[in-house]
Amino acid sequence: MIPELGQFSLILALLIAIVQSTLPITGLVRKNSIWINSAKYLALLQFFLVLIAFMALMRSYIVSDFTVTNVVNNSHSNKPLLYKIVGTWGNHEGSILLWVLILVAFGGALSLFGSNIPTTLRARVLSVQGWICVGFISFMLFTSNPFERTFPPPLNGNDLNPLLQDIGLAIHPPLLYVGYVGFSIVFSFAIAALLEGEVSSAWARWVRPWILISWTSLSAGIALGAWWAYYELGWGGWWFWDPVENVSFMPWLVGTALLHSAIVTEKRGAFKAWTVLLAILTFSLSLLGTFIVRSGLLTSVHSFAVDPERGIYILILLALSIGGSLLLFAYRAPSLEGGGLFSPISRESGLLLNNLFLTTSAAIVLFGTLYPLFLEGITGEKISVGPPFFNISFTPIGLMLGSTMAIGPYLKWKKADIAGILSRIKFLIFVSLGVSLFVWYLKTSGPVFAIVGVGVSFWLFTATLFEWMDRVKLINKDYSDIFKRIRSQPRSANGMTIAHLGMSFIILGVVCSSAWKEEVIGFVEKGSQLEVASFLVTFGGVSLYQGPNYNSEKATVKVEKDGKFLENLYPERRSYLATGTSTTESAIRQSLAGDLYVTISEPANNKFKGKWVLRLIYEPLVNFIWLGASFLALGGIISITDKRYKVGRTFKYRRTKPANKVVRLDNF
Amino acid sequence: MNHLKLFFITFFYLVPMGSSMAVEPDEVLTDSKLESRARDISTNVRCVVCQNEPIDTSNSGVARDLRILIRERLLAGDSNKEVFKYLVDRYGNFILFKPPLTLSTALLWFMPLLVFTLGVIILVGALKKASPLKRSKTFSVSNEKKLDVLENEKEKD
Amino acid sequence: MRRFVFLTPLALSLIIGAFAVWGLLNDRNPSEIPSALINRSVPNFDLLPLPGLNSPGLSKKELLNLEKVSVVNFFASWCLPCRAEHQSFIKLSRNDDIELLGINYKDNDKDALDWLTELGNPYTYVGNDFSGRTGIDWGITGVPETFIVNKNGKVVHRFSGPLVGERFEEFKELLMLELK
Repeated sequence: MIPELGQFSLILALLIAIVQSTLPITGLVRKNSIWINSAKYLALLQFFLVLIAFMALMRSYIVSDFTVTNVVNNSHSNKPLLYKIVGTWGNHEGSILLWVLILVAFGGALSLFGSNIPTTLRARVLSVQGWICVGFISFMLFTSNPFERTFPPPLNGNDLNPLLQDIGLAIHPPLLYVGYVGFSIVFSFAIAALLEGEVSSAWARWVRPWILISWTSLSAGIALGAWWAYYELGWGGWWFWDPVENVSFMPWLVGTALLHSAIVTEKRGAFKAWTVLLAILTFSLSLLGTFIVRSGLLTSVHSFAVDPERGIYILILLALSIGGSLLLFAYRAPSLEGGGLFSPISRESGLLLNNLFLTTSAAIVLFGTLYPLFLEGITGEKISVGPPFFNISFTPIGLMLGSTMAIGPYLKWKKADIAGILSRIKFLIFVSLGVSLFVWYLKTSGPVFAIVGVGVSFWLFTATLFEWMDRVKLINKDYSDIFKRIRSQPRSANGMTIAHLGMSFIILGVVCSSAWKEEVIGFVEKGSQLEVASFLVTFGGVSLYQGPNYNSEKATVKVEKDGKFLENLYPERRSYLATGTSTTESAIRQSLAGDLYVTISEPANNKFKGKWVLRLIYEPLVNFIWLGASFLALGGIISITDKRYKVGRTFKYRRTKPANKVVRLDNF
Repeated sequence: MNHLKLFFITFFYLVPMGSSMAVEPDEVLTDSKLESRARDISTNVRCVVCQNEPIDTSNSGVARDLRILIRERLLAGDSNKEVFKYLVDRYGNFILFKPPLTLSTALLWFMPLLVFTLGVIILVGALKKASPLKRSKTFSVSNEKKLDVLENEKEKD
Repeated sequence: MRRFVFLTPLALSLIIGAFAVWGLLNDRNPSEIPSALINRSVPNFDLLPLPGLNSPGLSKKELLNLEKVSVVNFFASWCLPCRAEHQSFIKLSRNDDIELLGINYKDNDKDALDWLTELGNPYTYVGNDFSGRTGIDWGITGVPETFIVNKNGKVVHRFSGPLVGERFEEFKELLMLELK
């Protein structure tokens, strides 16, 4: 009964979506204010309907209702409750339902918190959002229905892939989807603006909180995915430039460019067409990602169930949304007015440079990912484009971006005194060079990118911090008002500082853990010892224990350094009963200086039966990556709470500062 | 036909697998320089029976065979280039994660530079448009300075 | 001219879209790689026979000396699709114009012998590739894999997967072409 209720809700939601796509826009033409205002309520209604459907599916998982095909394929009665719940989205159909839920949630959020936005613009945005909903809900109902029934129901299900039975992987999809799907609202804003024929500074201000929410969530989602891969997969790596990883990285790169370009549109009314284009492209890249992951077009370790038929359906959705929006862009964008003037060295040009680096990177990732497909189509040759290509092409741009973004916050609008800035902070440049040389001296085997990278990271960190200190006049030694000055800083400025500091950590973590990783492998039995990076590791043997749906062989490993006992680690090999597959559970000794990463496995060669393979990896400074990512997310969250966006707190704001431009009603 | 294909694809890749986790201690060479070359090479060789993984970290039997083969070739005195050629002779360029620079991959390798250059040209064009050299003669220098100060104060953050 | 610039994003997406459509509609397998041996001479090999079997082993030199069209089939007793296609090889073995060489890949001698005894031995020659090295030399990615080698010892076709049904018909057609 409940699955049918879910199914019915989805059908209703589709019907409402169809109305939402058409009624408000028609209302704008016919100047019918009831129809225009209906957008808000339709969006909220859609949200509730899809929520009911989602709850229905989740409930089927919790009670292990094996009459539902989706539950049979992906769950098992012995699975721990947590993984029954998160398993709702650990498969294709369920994850599409989650996607749609977030899509309608954003529509609902705009209805509730977007009252500072003119009704007409909001009606248009919600209508466009409605079109996207129609596309995805119909995709779900016609090709990926989560509520299909199995009769007669089997005694038990096939269990969830053991790799997915993990808390990190539970939160990763929702965070990622809030990112991907959040950009749908930004996309709708862009389309609505093009339809109106007008992109104002006010528009840029209204859209910004939605960009920030999506960007923050996407950053966190990607970082979480990388962190999960790091601790779960057993080889100490966290990024492989795999197609599925790349398609999440592209919207992030373009989204970051958008985040920065929109600042210029908001403050100076410039880069209008470019910002709108970035808004369209970010969501288009999210859609491209959804397509590539689920269609089987490219080979990837992360593939969902591959189905070219579904691929065709999504491709049609893409053709309509991306094709349609870019066509509208080509038609309307040329008539958007240009913005203010600025000198070649200014905050505007700095942000333009930032955009150059980010969009070039996105183009590199896109081209590299799709190149094997292109080549195969044209000549039939099959090649692989893997990490070497991406690392070689991306690293220089990443380092250039890191170096120049240190100066960005110092630049003033319209015209910046670059000579003055550099003379004030040139001592930081010398210190950073010194750091690089020192690292080169210490680690003569280090690759160039790493030595430069450490210097860039240091430069970015100190320059960003120094700019903040300068802004709160910390250096003036006038400490009387210091706390007042710190508190009165606009939140968006603080957000920027924190996020940029986060980037410096990420650069440091990435280059050091990649360049100076150490690995030791050995056959061990009780009492054997291995050494890595001045840690002495003693193997204490293996004991067996039984988990809820798996059997585990758990090793005890003693870690010592300089003769002092540090801790015991417990790496495991787990064998999941329902699927028969096994996973490695690594044991990690974490510290800011680096991680000691320990895994065990059984030898492949029968000659060594009875012994175990112990693998030790030392990853220096790797935790700076996750620390940096948290700073990025924190910076985003702080920026969202900036007073001038007032998402939600509307009346005070509207009375004191009216919108910059009047929205014209007669444009369609 | 789709289902049949799926069935065969599943069984097709049924190579005997131990529960091994990538490089095993018995594969490791005693010469650490050669071993580190072996590791470098195998991170750049694609496991042909996996879904996008290097042989260095793959569990499959074929990956292990290739890892051992690479070490044999290194012990026999092959250079890195010769080892790669040995593998490409048997499996084609697909097995390399770093595509060789040929006529068909030239576009791939030069594209980043091309895109960046194109971007720089567009950037310079945008900068030129945004800061015209001609100034209106009626706008005095002091007025411009005042305007600058006012504008910068307003847009402080 | 300005309009033209604004059309570039759309143009680029259409190009990508066209390749995506091609990629999906083509019934292609993105993981399958073309054989690197096509139109090249057979790789070097020298295989010992399976102990207990009356078929001899084979080397490259011997294969070239035969100057006949040959079919090289990699198989194993632990491979289910090999079982499914075995009948096709029994049929082929009746044709005297073709030499059938079976290569036993990464198998246990006794299991392989039992398997061939049970299902019949269609091969004129059976080579023992216990280590899997010959498989690597032929660039195989799994079993079964079958190669058509022409009279001059050149590899002309490679088939991945079992030769049953339509696939087998395709195979026979190409084989007939070589025999002419």
